[in-house]
Amino acid sequence: MYPESMQESIRRLEATREERIKQGKIPLLDAEAKKALLKSFHPDYIETSMRALAVGPNKGERTPHEIADCLEAWPIVDPKRFDPDNPKFTVDVLVIGGGGAGVAAALMAQEHGASVILTTKLRLGDANTMMAQGGIQAADKENDSPERHYLDVLGGGHFKNIPELARALVTDAPGVIAWLEELGVMFDKTQDGTMITIHGGGTSRKRMHACRDYTGAEIMRTLRDEFKSRGIPALEFCAAVELLTDDEGACAGAAFVNLDTNELFTIRAKTTILATGGCGRLHIQGFPCTNHYGATADGLVLAYRAGAKLIFMDTIQYHPTGVAYPEQIVGQLITEKVRGLGAHLVNAFGNRFIYELESRDITASAIIRECTERKNGVVTPTGRVGVWLDTPLIELLKGEGAVKKNLPAMYHQFARFGIYMDKEPILTYPTQHYQNGGILINEVGETGVKNLYAAGEVAGGIHGRNRLMGNSLLDILVFGRRAGRSAAEKAQMLSVDKGAGFKHLIKFQAELRAAKVPKERRSPILLPEYRRPELQTPFAFVNR
Amino acid sequence: MARKKRKSEELSPSGNNFVTIYVMGEAYRVPKDLTIMKAMEYAGYRFIRGCGCRGGFCGACGTVYRTRDSYKLKVGLACQTVVEDGMYLTQIPFYPANKKDYDIKELQADTQVLVKLYPELMRCIACNSCTKICPQDIDVMGYIQAAIRGDIAKVADMSFDCIMCGLCASRCPAEIVHYNVGLLARRLYGAKIAPRAQHLAQRLEEIKAGRFEPGLDRLTKMSEAELSRLYYEERDIEPE
Ligand SMILES: Cc1cc2nc3c(=O)[nH]c(=O)nc-3n(C[C@H](O)[C@H](O)[C@H](O)COP(=O)(O)OP(=O)(O)OC[C@H]3O[C@@H](n4cnc5c(N)ncnc54)[C@H](O)[C@@H]3O)c2cc1C
Ligand code: SF4
Ligand code: SF4
Ligand code: FES
Repeated sequence: MYPESMQESIRRLEATREERIKQGKIPLLDAEAKKALLKSFHPDYIETSMRALAVGPNKGERTPHEIADCLEAWPIVDPKRFDPDNPKFTVDVLVIGGGGAGVAAALMAQEHGASVILTTKLRLGDANTMMAQGGIQAADKENDSPERHYLDVLGGGHFKNIPELARALVTDAPGVIAWLEELGVMFDKTQDGTMITIHGGGTSRKRMHACRDYTGAEIMRTLRDEFKSRGIPALEFCAAVELLTDDEGACAGAAFVNLDTNELFTIRAKTTILATGGCGRLHIQGFPCTNHYGATADGLVLAYRAGAKLIFMDTIQYHPTGVAYPEQIVGQLITEKVRGLGAHLVNAFGNRFIYELESRDITASAIIRECTERKNGVVTPTGRVGVWLDTPLIELLKGEGAVKKNLPAMYHQFARFGIYMDKEPILTYPTQHYQNGGILINEVGETGVKNLYAAGEVAGGIHGRNRLMGNSLLDILVFGRRAGRSAAEKAQMLSVDKGAGFKHLIKFQAELRAAKVPKERRSPILLPEYRRPELQTPFAFVNR
Repeated sequence: MARKKRKSEELSPSGNNFVTIYVMGEAYRVPKDLTIMKAMEYAGYRFIRGCGCRGGFCGACGTVYRTRDSYKLKVGLACQTVVEDGMYLTQIPFYPANKKDYDIKELQADTQVLVKLYPELMRCIACNSCTKICPQDIDVMGYIQAAIRGDIAKVADMSFDCIMCGLCASRCPAEIVHYNVGLLARRLYGAKIAPRAQHLAQRLEEIKAGRFEPGLDRLTKMSEAELSRLYYEERDIEPE
């Protein structure tokens, strides 16, 4: 139920609806207008929000303070407390992270003959992958092609993407969809098996495949079921806190904490794949976020200490449409599909102000401008501002029942709070969503550290400076599969007999000392802190 | 779950904006309007288990509770349910359940397969406890009945919104693990019953034959200026 103050604005929105329908599509911004909008309103362009890194492979490059605080930080556990000579497990391929990228990598590594173990901080599948609603891109329709997909990816990424990575992404895409189909993912299809595909922000063809609005959940639960059926060992609630390196600086496994028991242990591996996802829960610039509980940039920290270079760490994706009301679910995602289905973005006075399917950074900037400079936002009882998404319009455009049919998860989420999005609009404001950059990888997922691979949101380069909807679910599977295969093949050529330990940390800690990084600053974060300050205590295993 | 020792002033916040909840028997005053998850964090709990997406998608936070005025056990997702005064809470983040191992490629999508793998299905006494508890409002008993009849397509469709929270399994007197039956049905439907996408198979052939390689060779070598021209001036967009 909306308070009366907000209902007044809803009435204005209803009054302009007819006219807006007649108006149809509003023109896209040209390149110049886009640049100007981003420069003035995108959070990435706020000078004071970032600083240059003082240590490590990206020294001198700028990144948000919250990420810098993780990268310029001391280990949370004294490495001396681990005994790498007596690892708990020894395997060919160690996969760290139990989201889509990690599970895909583990499945492929196993298929390619490697012994595999997967470790994950929360439950297997409790990951951003589970939350993706909108869809997954692949150019598999007659009127589409990998080349078109490529151009869209590059345009979305402001042409900064690493070409070979973007090429791998679009070339493997149809194969990934076919793989999922074979594993039993229930894609939305017509009677004859044709995939139902729609537009997403920045796409030139309708190439977004979906499974109702549970696309990520459907993919994740299928992959997890396959993983479990194959009996691949997995350790849940075990967080990686450091990598192991051998005398030559190559990765040789990782060190872990069992979050339930506080046990410290290591796993030795010939090759290691980091698939720990992104950094949403760092709440950059105080934004709320869409991400799952464990998205705290751990993989970046581990790889960085071991000497891997990161790329595009000065760009974060703010999803244009996060929930701005009700307060209980602020920051949660309102999928782009809502706009794909025709819902208008409308300000407090019932007017549109941007074409709904511009790329995410543009749309987010336009909403911020509408609410800040132009003061055309709707104010909630707790003082947040936002703009409307005119969801009842979907019913008018696509027929009665269209909201419930196409957006059951969303519908449910709002209905729990007494808001019925087929009858009332929903209020929205940008929310921190995705880590555009990450660990620099090559086409098979190798990082700058020997025998260390990265896949999924933790990796960077594929999407340039901005990712388009539906290309992340794709990338985690494309590069998860590639990394799994490559890590398994590489492992067959290696042995595990060389010394392994934390030599890389000695060098890194010297840099920290020289840069006078305060001793209290520790990472990885592992889990965000949501307790009241007076009730906060560090993890039991953290050195004080 | 790690919890810092409760401070005595915890019970003091008074007035209309606070309610009392009980977590594992201990009373806490917490701001009303918080979700159960946020209220427990406010009270000083740090989640390790029982918390995942915080958005109603992962099923990690199934919670059983009672309110003062009723003997009834109620359930909800901790990340989606708002606290009420007098709520007694128990989280059930992990409920033991069996899952059959199978190779989906080898299974036949016939009317017997679900019952063969999960014979306990036949023990359903139609008590409807599973449906009543489901936080996703799924007709769970309905899909179990469909499973008994061997109607895979129906089970797949009806169970689609399942987030595998395990609450249904916690209540079933027949010890059925509903969500694993639904999952198997969906995989069978997706892999074996839904017709395959023909355009997809065709595109795979074309990729294998290297049809897009020359075009991609050209694009990957292009300068930013050339790409930008293609993107802004020549790219045509499929109409809505
Ligand atoms: C709400 C939402 C909606 C989205 N919608 C879409 C969409 O429609 N289409 C699309 O393409 N993309 C979408 N995305 C983006 C996409 O879902 C994610 O980028 C992608 O799933 C990331 O996959 P991943 O495997 O790299 O990471 P995740 O799925 O996040 O998995 C990371 C895993 O690593 C584990 N981990 C983290 N740290 C450690 C550690 N220290 N030790 C051990 N394990 C650790 C985590 O517990 C988790 O299991 C969405 C994202 C969100 C949050
Ligand atoms: S069917 Fe069972 S496991 Fe699935 S959402 Fe409902 S109660 Fe949870
Ligand atoms: S709870 Fe169990 S026995 Fe009761 S209706 Fe559901 S499946 Fe049948
Ligand atoms: S935490 Fe994922 S459903 Fe509640």
